Amino acid sequence: MATTIDVMGQFKLTTALGPVGASVNFTQSNLTMVVVCALILGLLHLGMAPRAVVPGRLQAAAEMLYGFVHRMCIDQIGEEGKAFFPFIFTLFSFLLFSNLFGLVPYQFTVTSHLAITAGLAVFVIVLATFVGLRTHGLHFFSYFLPEGLPIFLAPLIVVVEVISYLSRPISLSFRLFANMMAGHVVFEVFASFMVAMAASLGAIGYVMAVGPFALDVAMTGFELLVAALQAYVFAVLACMYLHDAVHLH
Amino acid sequence: MTDAPEEGADFDRRLAEARQRQGLEKPADPAKAAATSLLGIGMRVGVEMAAALAVGAFLGYWLDRVLHTKPLLMVVFLLLGGVAGVRNVWRLVGPKGPRP
Repeated sequence: MATTIDVMGQFKLTTALGPVGASVNFTQSNLTMVVVCALILGLLHLGMAPRAVVPGRLQAAAEMLYGFVHRMCIDQIGEEGKAFFPFIFTLFSFLLFSNLFGLVPYQFTVTSHLAITAGLAVFVIVLATFVGLRTHGLHFFSYFLPEGLPIFLAPLIVVVEVISYLSRPISLSFRLFANMMAGHVVFEVFASFMVAMAASLGAIGYVMAVGPFALDVAMTGFELLVAALQAYVFAVLACMYLHDAVHLH
Repeated sequence: MTDAPEEGADFDRRLAEARQRQGLEKPADPAKAAATSLLGIGMRVGVEMAAALAVGAFLGYWLDRVLHTKPLLMVVFLLLGGVAGVRNVWRLVGPKGPRP
């Protein structure tokens, strides 16, 4: 049989931009990140250029993105959340655009690599811990000891709370990575069914290939939901961790 | 354009009426909102449990190697990791408030 199902090949890193990129190991992942950042900056710059009182489409999109994240920061963190708005906005827009850009055919999904999501998650946790220590000093460590706890339970609960705290970056990074990777694997599985059917069953195969194709189309809609939802969940959790660091409960 | 408060309130009222007339103010659908947040929670629960378990297992393994107490601490920390996982999930689905 000519076609083999290679669903993980799409996540392989290759160098981009020809020999120049190859000489410095500039991968298609790096290129995609640059493109995604350019798209975000382009949306904000071009969207806000008219400065109209009644916004056009691009301006409305830029304003909605800004307003949505601003509201999320204040709702989740409180008034102090305004200080973290630039960070959360960067994080959310990068993840949202990366996830959505990965759904464009032939494009690479940056967030389907654990290295990227784990890097962001570790950054969030280190920032939250730093903010907690900066705001509360050593009193921050009382976070691991709930109030009104019987003293003989303290050693047990402190260990449990520390494990729970350490599990945050792992759950944060794995959730995004697993969702994005699983979606693209399913795309490729159905797509390879199409190719295999057309290759082995002839004319009947072409008719039957409509089935997986319809599933892929439906999956695209679902993946749009997952892409937006996972970017939102990541940003909301970053807000919640910062809230815990600022308020200690 | 003046900033008189009564005029602002009047504008808000007329805007609300106009939106009502045009059918733009959709009544919030509680069932739909609940389903969306349940989807979000459902996606979080499994990972939260597994992550805490993995951290517990790794901590136990690492402490065992450092303290030469194989395999005692790994067993203990695996259990504690499970406890922390349930704690994570409880924080997610349990009653909201200051540190339940």
